[in-house]
Amino acid sequence: MNILSAFVVVLLVMLVAVFLIPGEKKNAIRWTMAAGSMVILGLAGYLVWDFLAQREAGATDKFLFADSTVWYEGVINISYSVGVDGVSVAMIMLSAIVVITGVFASWAVEDKAKEYFLWFIMLSIGVFGFFISVDLFTMFLFYEVALIPMYLLIGVWGSGDKEYAAMKLTLMLMGGSAFLMVGIFGIYYFSAEDSGALTFNLEEIAANAAMPIEWQRRFFPLTFVGFGVLGAMFPFHTWSPDGHASAPTAVSMLHAGVLMKLGGYGCFRVAMTLMPEACKEQAWIFIVLTGISVVYGAFSACVQNDLKYINAYSSVSHCGLVLFALLMMNQTAMTGAILQMLSHGLMTALFFALIGMIYGQTHTRDIRYLGGLMQVMPFLCVCYVIAGMASLGLPGLSGFVAEMTIFVGSFAHEDLFHRVLVIGGCTSIVITAVYILRVVGKILFGPLYKIEKVGDQYNYVSEHHGEVHHYPLRDAIWYEKIATIGLIVSIAIIGLYPVWISDMISESLEAVAAMLN
Amino acid sequence: MDLDYSQFLSMSHEVSLVVVLIVLLLADLLIKNKKAFQYLAIAAFALHTVAGFYSYTDLAGDAFAGMYVSGAAQSFVKNILNVGTLIVFFFSFEWNNNENKSGVGEFFFLTLSTLIGMYFMVSAGDFLFFYIGLETASIPMAALVAMNKKGTEGAEAAAKYILTASFSSGVMLFGISLIYGACGSLYFDEVQAAFTNITALHIFALVCFIAGVGFKISLVPFHFWTADTYQGAPTGITAYLSVISKGAAVFAFMSILYKAFANEPDVWQNILWWLIVITITIGNLFAIRQKNLKRFLAFSSISQAGYIMLGVYASSQTGMSSTIYYILIYMFTNLAAFGIISAIENKTGKVGMDDYNGLYSTNPKLAFAMTLAMFSLGGIPPFAGFFSKFFIFAAVASSKVYGDYVLVFLALLNTIISLYYYLLVVKAMFINKSESPIETIKIDTMSRVALLVCVVAILVIGFISSIYMNIYNISDGFAN
Repeated sequence: MNILSAFVVVLLVMLVAVFLIPGEKKNAIRWTMAAGSMVILGLAGYLVWDFLAQREAGATDKFLFADSTVWYEGVINISYSVGVDGVSVAMIMLSAIVVITGVFASWAVEDKAKEYFLWFIMLSIGVFGFFISVDLFTMFLFYEVALIPMYLLIGVWGSGDKEYAAMKLTLMLMGGSAFLMVGIFGIYYFSAEDSGALTFNLEEIAANAAMPIEWQRRFFPLTFVGFGVLGAMFPFHTWSPDGHASAPTAVSMLHAGVLMKLGGYGCFRVAMTLMPEACKEQAWIFIVLTGISVVYGAFSACVQNDLKYINAYSSVSHCGLVLFALLMMNQTAMTGAILQMLSHGLMTALFFALIGMIYGQTHTRDIRYLGGLMQVMPFLCVCYVIAGMASLGLPGLSGFVAEMTIFVGSFAHEDLFHRVLVIGGCTSIVITAVYILRVVGKILFGPLYKIEKVGDQYNYVSEHHGEVHHYPLRDAIWYEKIATIGLIVSIAIIGLYPVWISDMISESLEAVAAMLN
Repeated sequence: MDLDYSQFLSMSHEVSLVVVLIVLLLADLLIKNKKAFQYLAIAAFALHTVAGFYSYTDLAGDAFAGMYVSGAAQSFVKNILNVGTLIVFFFSFEWNNNENKSGVGEFFFLTLSTLIGMYFMVSAGDFLFFYIGLETASIPMAALVAMNKKGTEGAEAAAKYILTASFSSGVMLFGISLIYGACGSLYFDEVQAAFTNITALHIFALVCFIAGVGFKISLVPFHFWTADTYQGAPTGITAYLSVISKGAAVFAFMSILYKAFANEPDVWQNILWWLIVITITIGNLFAIRQKNLKRFLAFSSISQAGYIMLGVYASSQTGMSSTIYYILIYMFTNLAAFGIISAIENKTGKVGMDDYNGLYSTNPKLAFAMTLAMFSLGGIPPFAGFFSKFFIFAAVASSKVYGDYVLVFLALLNTIISLYYYLLVVKAMFINKSESPIETIKIDTMSRVALLVCVVAILVIGFISSIYMNIYNISDGFAN
């Protein structure tokens, strides 16, 4: 079997396995999940290694590990086609890391654990399927498979105003896919000259380049906005803060960490690659919009009090930077964009994991009511500081590598328009420092607030409708440590030794960047 | 002209159904046990359904000098209608045993009479023959709708149905007479040849005709009977109305548009463009407000009718095949939803959306099946509804005409609205808490089997590509 299909097959096996285990045996379910996601991680590691080895040996195909089976033929030509280039390999690796850490971060889910993990697997199937596909139809199918579990995951297991958030998120993302679907039809029916066979295959469509410019002008914005909604592009980002804030921990991790990357990846892989002429014409509109995302997201994060909202707006800002850099359309900036996807995926997953772990004990995420946690839970707090440093771009961690590459690449444009916007975008680094340090200073290093010490035990004292609760506090336990350490190690690897991965990505982008320039 | 009896062979579906009807009439006299009669009726009809698959292509041909046409496409469509009707019978088993006060024999006889009318509609080669089929399918339906003797709702539903049905028949008949006036014939192929050089008369005739059919398919603005009738009728009959009756009307409508009016597609495409947009939008907007699940599904099925018409609008072979495919999947999906509603209604009498709060905690399997049905209706992958929606949109988009892409776009935006209200049902079952959720119920074996069939169909049809490709290969039979 093709190694790429193995990702989906393993997940399907997990789906069946978890489905068959009775709901009361929660530990069996958890360990099945852990074992399955271990296999996924192993496969992903092997994929990276083999991919690099094949490139080293001189494999020049655009997509390696390619495989294709005809599915529908004649009335509509659909194949189940898989294949990966450097960008998708990076994304698959990211997904594998976030999925396994997500499993450990959901270890404490008690309520309807079986159903929770079933939807969780569905979501993962969508994510992996999306990244391995090179057929537009299956890609879109997996894309939607990844979206719909969010509704129930947030609606049932979420917190706060979860029903509103779940509905808003689902409808906005599905709205995006409505735009997208029109674009896909356009791409399909203009995928070949009049006599040629129509195809959904990304590589063939790009090679045919048959879409006339006046149709590209119509379908490019639809497709870009369709994916852009998931990439949290201004003004379609409003689902993101509400959705992330209400989602359960691992779902926030997976959603911000991986799912939002589907947006950026799709913009690049589908909209920009298949409709380059229109992309060149209209890029400036979207550069302005994503530029607004970058700065506006960062400013919004500064004034939020809920930890999850802060991080969600920070995601808007960082994911905006991904699209912003992609639209700069040169190889360096685009490499930076993909690195930023990786980096943001890892650190935002870490953030959401930590916030979930803190919230699980204090039952509040409001930074006004938290303080001095460093004394109480040093492990979690140190991790939080590391995540914060990665987010604001400290050298040695992944954020620096990504943002540096993006801004260097973007500044290569010599015209005023791009330069002004890049300088504007750069300010987000400073603003990021503001909101990160604000949180770190207040809740980690500040004086103890609402926390009382009884013997060796710290308790969080909360007053709710006149009732006083005492929640015992503790530091991370084993499964939380696995989740956080796994993410931190990944962030550090990218930060300290980024060359292999940026080479792998940059090589795959060469042809596209040349076409767009 | 001498009657050539071999032409009855091409009418094998109809002949076999008439045999079933006669058997049932006799059996109704002899068998007093409701259960035994139902088993016999279902077995006889199942036999007829199975036999239908074997008359697939060999017996193609005309009868009655071309008034009746049959071929692979018609045969396939009749098989779809058969399977759907069989599922409805399975779901109605419990209701017929316990609640049906009007006679079980009548239930089966009337339902199958409407079915034979639908066969005629689908196989018509002439406007008059079509009209006869339509009436045969409509009048017994009014009696079926009235079978619910609880309260006055059944009577109200039937009265609304029969009044609007006769009014729209009148309008349609007027349209047909104008077509005769304009074209000098009622045979589809002769109308096709004569329906050129469009004048106001042609257009007026076409509009009257479309209005008449629009009633059967419940397109907006001919939909006013739908919600009340669906609510008042027994749930099994509601399911039958919303799927089989609607499906047959669409097939017939499509075949007439593609045959008789094939030379001037622009004229009816313009009309359909607006009808589709209005139907989908109004159906969706009204569905949001419904609290009774039967009314809810009534409006949902109005908007679904709009989506079905997209395939007809496409005016191509892809359009035909995607329409048939859509109806096939819509049948399983909608029948699953109605099956669950009817099972719960039979046991508890509850049909309100709020009654379903917390259903997952007490009846996880039913809630799961309902979720599948809702997702499939909403067009969520990997369920069958996604594939049918995708293909029907693709059929419209294949024209590469700007206006068609606008239509697809508007329809797609509407799927978001529809997703909202389908998710409301899911939300009620999974998320909402209830003080007194529906108790754990055990549904009867017949419903269970039918529900299982529907669920499996929803899960697998999209993945089996040969189904759609086969439909594509036979579907051109509707155009010639």
